[in-house]
Amino acid sequence: MSHAQTLIPAQPAPKQAHRPVTAARITGYVVVALWIVLAAALLTMVVTGWDPEKFTRYGPRYLHGLYTTIALVVISVFFGAILSLPLAFARMSKNRFINGIAYCYVYVFRGTPLLAQLFLIYYGLGSFRPQLETVGLWWFFRDAWYCGLFAMTINTAAYQAEILRGAIQSVPRGQHEAAASLGIHKVIAFRKILLPQALIVALRPYGNEIILLIKGSAVVAIITVLDLMGETRYAFSRTFDYQTYLWAAIFYLTMVEALRHLWAWIERRLTRHLKR
Amino acid sequence: MGGLFSALGPFWAWIGHIFDPLCGPAGLFTWFGSSTILACGDTGWGDEIAAGLKVTVAVALVTLPIGLVIGFLVALGQQSEEKSVRLAAGIYTTIFRGLPELLTLFIIYYGMQILIQSVLASMGYDGRIEINAFLAGVIALSIVFSAYCSEVLLSAFRAIPKGQYEAGDALGFHRGRTLRLIVLPQLVRIALPGLVNLWMILLKDTSYVSIIGLADILRQTGVAVKVTKQAFLFYTVACALYLGLAIISSFGLRYIERWAKRSEISR
Repeated sequence: MSHAQTLIPAQPAPKQAHRPVTAARITGYVVVALWIVLAAALLTMVVTGWDPEKFTRYGPRYLHGLYTTIALVVISVFFGAILSLPLAFARMSKNRFINGIAYCYVYVFRGTPLLAQLFLIYYGLGSFRPQLETVGLWWFFRDAWYCGLFAMTINTAAYQAEILRGAIQSVPRGQHEAAASLGIHKVIAFRKILLPQALIVALRPYGNEIILLIKGSAVVAIITVLDLMGETRYAFSRTFDYQTYLWAAIFYLTMVEALRHLWAWIERRLTRHLKR
Repeated sequence: MGGLFSALGPFWAWIGHIFDPLCGPAGLFTWFGSSTILACGDTGWGDEIAAGLKVTVAVALVTLPIGLVIGFLVALGQQSEEKSVRLAAGIYTTIFRGLPELLTLFIIYYGMQILIQSVLASMGYDGRIEINAFLAGVIALSIVFSAYCSEVLLSAFRAIPKGQYEAGDALGFHRGRTLRLIVLPQLVRIALPGLVNLWMILLKDTSYVSIIGLADILRQTGVAVKVTKQAFLFYTVACALYLGLAIISSFGLRYIERWAKRSEISR
């Protein structure tokens, strides 16, 4: 039996295939260079325009604005979710009248800009002051913060109702029938069989809706709510410093990106039994 | 040439008046609001709101083709084989999908002002520069639109099987020709529902240009509210106009969708 007595000496690595310089590559480098230049310009702007006095004056205000924005989004998503449940069921109802009302609600709030809805609620309902005072709701519609919250809630309820309806209808019919043939009560079948499957489908659209709401919440600054955008506009009107907007951009981007990654992680975790 | 344009001006205004859905001869306000506060002319706010409607539609219509073209290029970049192109396109979509539209608008509006002012200052001119609000609005909206549009087109690109490109190669087509004759027709069909959604979002986003002072629907109704104090009426009219635009365009888009799907088997 013969075998090799010596090892083959180490060979040099194979020659790297020559990558030709294409037009795409040049464009890519140029555009990336442009981004780098832009980032550097913004960075120098921040560094040269750094003012500790402004930082101490507006820094806490920014944090408070950030808190306001997050509070608005969280509360309106929560109440929107509650409000969307009956809406989604009304949309799936066989009763023409109920279905029509829910359809109109969803169509109106998805077809008009949030800014117009906000104006309609804050300024429009504000002109019915005597009537609102007799009903005892004036304290609610007097406050810009409550009006912003109300507008965001009814707006997101319309979107969430559509998400929920689409998700519930995406569960195959066989699942209903299987539950019925096992003699499971309708309510329990919905809660334990349909809803878990529907929510997995709805997960991604829900994430998108929350991101859209974070971005949409910036408009409440127009009706004088001091959220992140409102504080930014306040700081800009005092200092005429362009940096104020850049800081807001950083805050918003961080929020959105963090939520996006968190959502991707949640989705991966919840759908790991579906992986093949 | 100048004479032609000066002759065209009144003609154009006449056309605009005839087809005005609010204050034209067949307009809503002309027929139903002539004795109210919404009357056209000096007695009511109808003509101001009609002008605002034109501005809103103009902003949306100008933004659409620019956004589509930029979005298409960014989508091409995102699926490029070159890493740097992918990176550059990725940064673009990440930033402009993450920023609120309102903030993008402010950043573009004030940023352009500061940029142009500093360039002019370095050339020895220092006066105040006012950027055209229409231009800034269109640029900001088309950037936001293109960032979303590129994602829609990218997923449509991914839905087209590789075999289609190979078929193009087999027929001896140049890459551009494959794209134009084989990929694009399928791409439009797949991406159309997403693009329809984006158009609806764009129509609503045009309301932000009112904040930088462009006289669109919301701005004009806001002015009317300041004068007449009838906030509920005018903002309801504004909402109804946006809703009307959405309804009209959904009808138009349904027609386009049917046209795009005419070659598919009817089931």
